[in-house]
Order: sequence, then structure tokens, then C-alpha cells
Amino acid sequence: MDILSNLAMGFEIAASPYTLLLAVIGAFVGTIIGALPGLGPSNGVALLIPISFSLGLDAISALVLLTSVYYGAMYGGRISSILLNIPGDEPAMMTTLDGYPMARQGMAAEALVVSGVASFVGSFLATVGLMIFAPYLAGVAYKFGPAEYFALYMLAFCTLGGMGSNNQAKAALAAAIGLAISMIGLDKTTGMPRFTFGQLHLMDGIDFLVAIVGLFAVVEVFFFIESHGSNSAIGVKLGKILIPWKMLKQTSGAMLRGTGIGFIAGVLPGAGASLGSFLAYMGEKSLSSDKASFGKGNPRGVAAPEAGNNAAAGGALVPMLTLGVPGSGTTAVLLALLLTLNITPGPLLFSERPEVVWSLIAALLIANVVLLLMNVPMVKIFVHILSVPAWILLPGVTMVAFVGIYSLTGSGFDMLMMVGFGVLGYVMKKLDMPTVPVILGILLGNAMEDNLRRAMVLSNGDWKILFSSPISIGLWIAAVLGFIAPLVLRRFLKKPPLPQTDPMANED
Amino acid sequence: MKIWTRATLAALLMGAAAPAMAEECIAPANPGGGWDFTCRQIGRIMTELGITPNLVQVTNLAGAGGGVAFTQIVADRNEDAEVFVAASSATTTRLAQNAFAGASADQVRWVGTIGGDPGVIVVAKDSPFQNLNDLVAAVKADPTKVTFAGGSAVGGFDHLKVLMTMDKAGFEDARAVKYIGLDGGADAITQTVGGFTQAMTGDLSEVTGFIKSGDVRAVAVLSDARVPGFDDVPTAKEQGVDIVAMNWRGIYVPKGISDDAYAKWVDTLKKVGESEQWKTVMAENGLAPYTVLGADFETFVTENIAQIQEISKEIGLLQ
Repeated sequence: MDILSNLAMGFEIAASPYTLLLAVIGAFVGTIIGALPGLGPSNGVALLIPISFSLGLDAISALVLLTSVYYGAMYGGRISSILLNIPGDEPAMMTTLDGYPMARQGMAAEALVVSGVASFVGSFLATVGLMIFAPYLAGVAYKFGPAEYFALYMLAFCTLGGMGSNNQAKAALAAAIGLAISMIGLDKTTGMPRFTFGQLHLMDGIDFLVAIVGLFAVVEVFFFIESHGSNSAIGVKLGKILIPWKMLKQTSGAMLRGTGIGFIAGVLPGAGASLGSFLAYMGEKSLSSDKASFGKGNPRGVAAPEAGNNAAAGGALVPMLTLGVPGSGTTAVLLALLLTLNITPGPLLFSERPEVVWSLIAALLIANVVLLLMNVPMVKIFVHILSVPAWILLPGVTMVAFVGIYSLTGSGFDMLMMVGFGVLGYVMKKLDMPTVPVILGILLGNAMEDNLRRAMVLSNGDWKILFSSPISIGLWIAAVLGFIAPLVLRRFLKKPPLPQTDPMANED
Repeated sequence: MKIWTRATLAALLMGAAAPAMAEECIAPANPGGGWDFTCRQIGRIMTELGITPNLVQVTNLAGAGGGVAFTQIVADRNEDAEVFVAASSATTTRLAQNAFAGASADQVRWVGTIGGDPGVIVVAKDSPFQNLNDLVAAVKADPTKVTFAGGSAVGGFDHLKVLMTMDKAGFEDARAVKYIGLDGGADAITQTVGGFTQAMTGDLSEVTGFIKSGDVRAVAVLSDARVPGFDDVPTAKEQGVDIVAMNWRGIYVPKGISDDAYAKWVDTLKKVGESEQWKTVMAENGLAPYTVLGADFETFVTENIAQIQEISKEIGLLQ
């Protein structure tokens, strides 16, 4: 087997005690970076690039360090999602929907273990997928033109209706707010700034990290102040900590499905981990027979998006390595690192620099095992965070978030904007509007608009281009189904009100 | 009391000023990009050549495509002789289009460039266009049938390369040339290999892998002479289109420094540019020699900006 001998070579290079140590350090640092709101995988990796230069690391060691930070951050994002209802980074946003309710029901440890294992399954299988299919998958990117990407983003927005809130109009309005915010900044198709009011800081648009920290972390602080702590998000019960084998078994299907969806989303440049976790969650929800329990602490709603975002992280390496096209913000930073190390990703990388590719893959596998071993026992420690009184924990987390946001551009402007988002989030929460669609709008709105307009340029303004390939037609059908299905299904589901069976009830 | 306050203030100021005594390079983007590369390589070579005893500190100051760094230099560090900022064609392009909130190129001093990434026009391997003239002829015949993809937004340097080439080739109607801006050169290549666009423009270093693997064919390189390592790629000049578009790598310094300090920077950059280390760096990263220094470079920047402004007016980016 070619792959096996290549892999053996990779392990030979990557599995020295020194690189293993780097992997452990990277995994640990990554987990922390991921867990801290405001510090996501992309700025985490970016912060470490200068460090790896000043340490004088060679190409392979630097890659091992930074990819384990990358994977670590993808694992770590879930921790604050589950424990604090504040996503540590943008792909972990979907994990708040069911992870936090689980924590409130005293199942924080279970949620952490399930999501940790789901992360492992997602990224492990994605790495294997990268290993086996990367050369074949490279061609997938060639099949996706502007029209196909637009249809893909439409699919994401069409399934939004079935999200958190029971009121579809509210979810749609929230998404529209997000889309409106994504309009801010330099318009790629005309080269003109829009809604920037001459402010240089608005030229690049609004960073979604600013929005996430504002809409989640700052909002928690506002609610904490308003209710004098009694209605605070924090204050969850601590259950006993055991490895919930039954729950793991129950959610194994969700993990595998999440991995599949996430990996595909990752392989497509421009989709990325957030879309992966979102589609994994929505897909799992639409397959499930007890839709009502989603958003109320269904462990499958934790397993699917976590497997999805970690699989997407692995999948995003495929276009990065084979085409030099970054599939996400973080792979863009990794790509830059590769270039500075004088490794040019592209169609020739696998044949010209096999030692780099295979030691990277070996490093990813090592990082994954390290992360699993680190994350499951560490659940105990993480859960103890909750025994810190909320009046210490919440301001602390917010302070870290402020520092993280400040580190993005080093300007006070972003911090003011973050507070602005906090106010927006507060109002939205009072009106019972979900905030996740806002983030999704900011994350995907720009790319969706760009692709629509690119398609229009290509076709000289002919709308038919949007439905001109089998791929885009397929995506449109899925989008239409995703939009209509919840409307129709609700009617069926509402008539015989589902028995409120908590899937966990028979476990305790 | 007042004396004490002043003393404290002075001490604080000195404390704040002390770290600034070392040379600092501002990369107006996040680590990993071209500007960051310029800073780190030039900084490293400055130390290795003994021009500066200590390490050059690299500060990443991202935002507004370099605008945040530019305005900060103008507003806050106008007399700081120890700071220099990485720049490239993107910097002058944005300045020309007034994208730095009213800042203009004469608010800083341009030191020079010591290398450039030549522009290149590529087509998919099975494309009917065999050379630049085929492509130009197709655009002239029916501009709606040919779309170019590039890694920068409309009005960015990749777009301007197309427009300048077409202009020199005798196609006047810049607005009719179809261009889509993607997130980087590699992204633009996938659209071209996938057949969604007919051609792609970018920097040579961005497309090296794809040219070598045979997925795309380069129809023209926009440099003075053929680039070593790509000897079978003809220049646009050879094909009768007199265009050179280099994405130059250089630096600027604050306006308020003395002429001596400016001359020192020019000399430093010259030494770096002539060093063996820089030659290795260029060869490893697909840069071609492209040296313009001091007063010549200031003239170059002025002319460059005037040229970009002219094209930008044609396509309606500038009034």
C-alpha cells in the first residue's frame, strides 16, 4: 500500500520526542485559545507564527506546532459554548444550542465528553479522508463556480427557518440583520466602500469575532446585571462525572453524519467550519424523529455540530494543500505560514514535497490522539470552572474577550463595536429572537453576495446561470426542501403533540 | 508638586521612548502575508549585515488594506526615524484611489523597492488561446465572452493589470472588460481551471505550482525580460504589448524625518538589496530583481499613482 508506506515515512519524521512535545504544547495552547471567547483558531495560529519564527523551528516542527494549535482550538471552542453559553470561536456557535441546555440540566460533563469524542471522530476521520482522497478531491473545487457557491449559501440560509426560535419570521429577520451588517466594507465587485462613513476601521467589514463576543459574552453580562445574578446563565448544576457510554453510543450516528457533512463543507473552499457545523446540526435535526428536543439539550445536537466543525477543519486542509486555496480563515493563516517556510501548496505539493505532506498528516493524527487523551480527563477540571462564582467568572471571561478583540486590530473601535453588538443582542434576546442567524449572516453574507454578483458578471446579467449546472440545481432543490420541510412538518408534528420524552430521562 | 508630576511624566515618556530606539518595521497586515514577509526578511538581513546591532522588531498593524498603518504613521509617528513600513503595489493602488481616508502618497517618504513579483496572465490548459494576442483579439471581438479572474477586488492591482494590458493592446473601453475579484490568486485559478472564467491574472509566485503541474498555461509575463525558471513564458513586450506590471516589494518611512535619516534608509535598503541573503530570498520566493531607490523611487510612485488614477477614472472608481 502506497498510502501506508507514505504514512510510515510521515510518522518517522513527525514522531520524534521533540515534535511530540510540540504537539502536546500546541494541543494544550490551542484548547485554551479555542475556549477563550474572542480568540479563535485563526488569530490563535496567527499569534503563534512569529513565535515559531523566533524559536527558529524548522518547517516540519512549525507545521506540527501550528496544526495542533489549529485542531486544539477546534476542540476547545466547545468548552465555553457548553459551560457559559459563549462560543469560544465561530464554529462552536452551534454547540451552544444544545450544549448549554445540557449543562443547565446538570449534564455539563456529559456534554463535554460527548462533544470531545465527537470532535475526535470528526477530525480523525477527516484526517483519514484527507490522506486517502486529497488528490481526488482537489478536482471538486474546479466544479464549484460562483453559481454553485451561491446555491450552497442559499441552502444554509433556507434551512435557518428550522432554527432555535419557534418563529420562522424572527429567525429570518435575525438573518437579515446579519446580512445587512455583512454589507459594510469594501465591495469587491465595484471596489467601492459601502456604509463605512469614511471610517478606516470599517473598510474590512465587521469581524465576526467582534459580533460573536458581543452577541454572546457581552449579552450574558447584561443579563447578569439586570437580574442581579439570579437569572444568570451560569449557575448550572454539577452532576457526577462518568463517561456516558450509553450517550456516546446513542450519538454515534450523529457523529458520523456530522463528520460527513462537515468534511464536504470543509473541502469546498469558501464554506468552512462554521457552515460545516451549521449544516451538520440542521441535518441532524431534520433527520431526527424528536425535533422538539433539539435546542433543549439533546446530546445529538452537541455531537453533530462538533463532529461537523472538526471534520470541516480537516476537510479545509484538502484545498489548502492541493490547490493553495484556503477553505477558512485559519487555513489562510496556515497557508501563509507554509509560504514563508518556502513550501508552496498546490497541485505539485503531494509529489514534490511528500515528506511535508505526510509528516503533516502524521502530526494531525498525533495531535488528535493527544487532544482526545487531554480533553476527556480534563473535563473534570473544566467543569470546576462552574464552581467559580458567576460574579467573578463572567467579568473575567469578558475581560479576556476584550483583550482578544483588541488583539485583532489593536484599536478601541472594535471594542466599542463589540459593546454595540452586546446591546443588539440584549434587545434581540428580550424579543426572543435567535442570535445565531445574525452571525451566520455576517459570516456568509459577504461571500454569498460576491458569488451572486460574480455569477452575474460571468453571464452578462442572465439569471439562468444560477440554475445551469447539475450541482447548483441539486443544491437549489435541497434548499427549497429545507425551507418548506419545517413549515409542512410542523403542521404534522403539532397535531399530535409530541410526548415530551427527554432522551436522557431513561439514563439517570 | 508640579515638578514631581513633570518628572514622572518625563520618566514615563522616556520609558515609552526607549523601546522605540530600536528599528521597527510595521507590516500593515497579519503575519504571513506579503508585507509581513517584507518586514521579516529585510529586518533579518539588516541584522545579519550588521546594519543594526539588535533585532528589528516587526509589528503587525492590520486594517483597511494598509490604511490603518499609513494613517497612524502620518498622524502619530511623523518624526520617528527608526520606523519603516512595508509597502507594495497594493499600497500605491489604494493611495491612488483615495482609499486611505483622504491620506495621500506625499505624506510619507518612499525609500525604494528591491524586488518584484512579475504579473502574469494565464489560461486553462485546454484553452483555445495560445498567446496574448489571441486573448486580446477575443476581447476585441466580443468583450462579453471573456472574463478575467484575479485575486484582488475590482480596482485592485490584479484588475489593473488586465486593464493596463488591454489599454496598451489598443482596447480602449476599460469598462467593457469583464473581471471578477476573488479571495486570492489560487482561488482565481480554480475558477479558471474549472472553466468559469477564460483567463486569470495574478503574481507569478501565486501561480508557479499550477504552471509547473500543467493545469494552466501562461500566455504572458508582464516583466521587462523573461523570468529565470520560466524561460518558455514570453513577455507581453515580446508579443507587442508594451506593459510591465510588477508587484514591487519596498518600504516607506515617515515624512518628518531629516534628509540625512532618509538617505540612511535608502542606503540601508540598497545594502539589503545587494546582499547575497536577499538574492537567496528572492530566488526562493519567485521574486524577480526590481530595484528602484531614493529620488527615483519617489518619482516612480508619483507616476505610478497618476497612471492608476487615470485608469480608475475610466472605470468609474474615481470621480
